[in-house]
Formats: sequence, C-alpha cells, structure tokens
Amino acid sequence: MKKARLIGAAIVGFGMTLTAAAYAEDEVRSGYYWATEETKAMQDDDFANPGFIWVESGSEHWTKVEGDAGKACQSCHENAEKSMVGVANKYPKYREDMGKLQNVEQRINECRTKFMKAKAFKWESEPMLALTTYVRHQSKGLPVEVDIDGPARKFYEAGKAFYNERRGQLDMACKHCHQDNAGGILRANVLTQGQSNGFPTYRLKWNKIGSLHRRFRGCNKQVRSKPFAYGADEYVNLELFLNHRGTGLKIETPAVRN
Amino acid sequence: MNRGRILGLATALVFASGAALADGVKDVSTTYKVVDDTIPQSLTGKPGDPVKGRKIAINRKKGNCLACHQMPIPEQPFHGEISPDLSGVAERYTAAEIRMRIVDPKVLNEDTIMPSFYRNNGFHRVLKKFQGKTMLSAQEVEDVLAYLMTLKDE
Repeated sequence: MKKARLIGAAIVGFGMTLTAAAYAEDEVRSGYYWATEETKAMQDDDFANPGFIWVESGSEHWTKVEGDAGKACQSCHENAEKSMVGVANKYPKYREDMGKLQNVEQRINECRTKFMKAKAFKWESEPMLALTTYVRHQSKGLPVEVDIDGPARKFYEAGKAFYNERRGQLDMACKHCHQDNAGGILRANVLTQGQSNGFPTYRLKWNKIGSLHRRFRGCNKQVRSKPFAYGADEYVNLELFLNHRGTGLKIETPAVRN
Repeated sequence: MNRGRILGLATALVFASGAALADGVKDVSTTYKVVDDTIPQSLTGKPGDPVKGRKIAINRKKGNCLACHQMPIPEQPFHGEISPDLSGVAERYTAAEIRMRIVDPKVLNEDTIMPSFYRNNGFHRVLKKFQGKTMLSAQEVEDVLAYLMTLKDE
C-alpha cells in the first residue's frame, strides 16, 4: 500500500516542473512540493511574494540603533547579506552556558538584551517576525543542516518524542498526519510532511507571516490540545528534530503556503 | 472502597500520562463492554437515528468523518482520502464491529490516526474546554452507527 503510494507520488513527480526537484531531497519534501501552482508562483516572484514586506522591514530593523548601548544589529554583525549567510540554516543550536538549545528568535533577543541593552521583542510581534525573516532569508537556498551530536542529542531525542506523542482530545501525534499520511488528502487540504524550511512563512490563511512556533500552536489546538508558550523548550526541541528531519532541504524563507 | 473505584484507580494508573478526571466525571469506558474487539450492546439502549447520524458525520465539529473518509454524501465537496472509503461499510462489518471502531479504534489498531469518539480519559494535554468530555455523546455514536448501517451498496 505504502509502496504503491510512493510509486504513485514518483510518477506524479515526474510530470512536475523541474523546479520541484529543488524542493525535494530523496524522500524529504518541502511543503512547496504540494502547494498549488498559484501559491508556488507567488512564492517564486520576489515582488509578488508578500513575505518580502517583512524581509524589507527586517533590513530596516537591522540598521536601527536601539537600547542603552547605542547599537544596532549591524554595529556588531555589519552587512547581514554577508554575515548572516549560512547562519539560520544551522539553528537551533546547543548553548553550553544555557544548558539547552537556542533558536533564531531567542538569539535575536539575547543580542538585544545583552549587547544592545534594549528590550526583548515579543515573540510574534512585527519587529521579531521581520528580523527573524530577514536573518533566515540570508540563508535562502542553503541546505538545512543542524547539529544533533554531542550535547544536542538529548534535546533532539526530546523533540522526536514530542513528535511521536499523542496529544489532545483528538489523540493525535504530529507523525500521524505529517509522516504516516504525508501527501494524503484531508478534506480540501493536502497533508504535507510539515517541514520547517520555509519559516517564517507567509500563510494565506493568516494573511501575514508567522513563526514556526505559531504553526506548532495551531496544530496543537487543532487536535484540541493545550499549546505551549512561544519559545517553550518543548517547541525549540521539536524545532531541532524537524530541522534535522528536513536535512538537505533548502531554506525558502519567506515561503508562501495555504 | 467498592470494586468500581478500584477499577477506576487501576485505569488511572495505566494512563499515567493522562490527566485524571475531575471529581464526579465518569470514565465512559466503564459504561460499555468490549467482547472480542466488538461492542455488541447499544451504548444507550435507544435506536440510533440515521438522518441525524448523517449530519453528525458531515459536521466538522462533531464526527467530521469526511475529513479522512470518502462517503456517499455527494452534496459535500472534498472528501478525505487517507482512510478507507465508507461506501458499503455495512456489507463489510457488523454493527458491533463498527461501534467498536467509532468508540475507541485503538483497541483494534494502537497506531491508528483515528480519534476515539467515545472516550474521555487517558488523553494528554487536552484543552480545558474538552477535558473529561467525549467527542460524541453516546446517542450521537448510535446515530452515526445507524447511518453507517444504511451504507450497503458498494
């Protein structure tokens, strides 16, 4: 059954445009692979892609001096188009001094509070979305490659356990939709592998860009489960697991999805 | 302490990851009997209404069967395709077998994606407003079952 479906998918894949190949790595497929032609076209055109509003705004935040230290991001990191290339595709990372993982949003807030002496951004706030999108966008086209060895391992394992754990009144784990039934039709939607390489993603349903953790919270609530807070350890661990699961996929930030 | 309480305690221990039911909330799994992976007895003793059952099957906040299953409900577009087609399901299973599958399909397949529509215990991190509640009432289960039993033509 599963084999037949895979062969079917391979045949369908054959008929697709060549660009789709860039969004798949062996069995690993970006959500782009299942997006409609209209959505793909919107993502592929920087002028039509509404996520670029946040890229643009992020570039302004990059140079904006804030906080008591009188610094902007660029005071230390200079030109993001050079310094931030190949950074976000390796996050989350294990931080020895913290004894846990840190993701891009948390790194941005650490820089703000510790070095800029500025206030931390709220997670899903406009400036946080803008800066995260801008930073991740600098790695667009680079493969996701996170480190899960050594001290990161146990956080990866925790993320994996979360992924496979049933939750909510619907009693479903992430894997029931995004692994066991990826590519399947759920009502009017196609279930994707739930890959993280396009985040922050402009979602047509949201009418704006949103973080990966917002998506986690939405999924949790859909199965009638209590969501975790933005930036919760559970979600950062899950982020590491998902990114590793999507190893080799290219960063698409800002992706466009339904 | 009566026998039922002891049984309830054992159930709670088995589902250690699930939050305990609030005081006065009954674990519905103690209200029916599973026989050879079937539930032969009606949950309510009252016949199900197939017309209501069809509506519950469509309702996204109730059965939402169409999310995953194809069904002979032509007026509804976009039927799911990840689970078996339910056309003719009454030819393939008895009412007792289907009742088990609606109530708690994990008894038959512990890895299934299908929710347990008549269970209220042993879940993990349920949103507060759904805690201690079943997805369908006992009568709604019987209604959906009555509807499914009308699906005889392949």
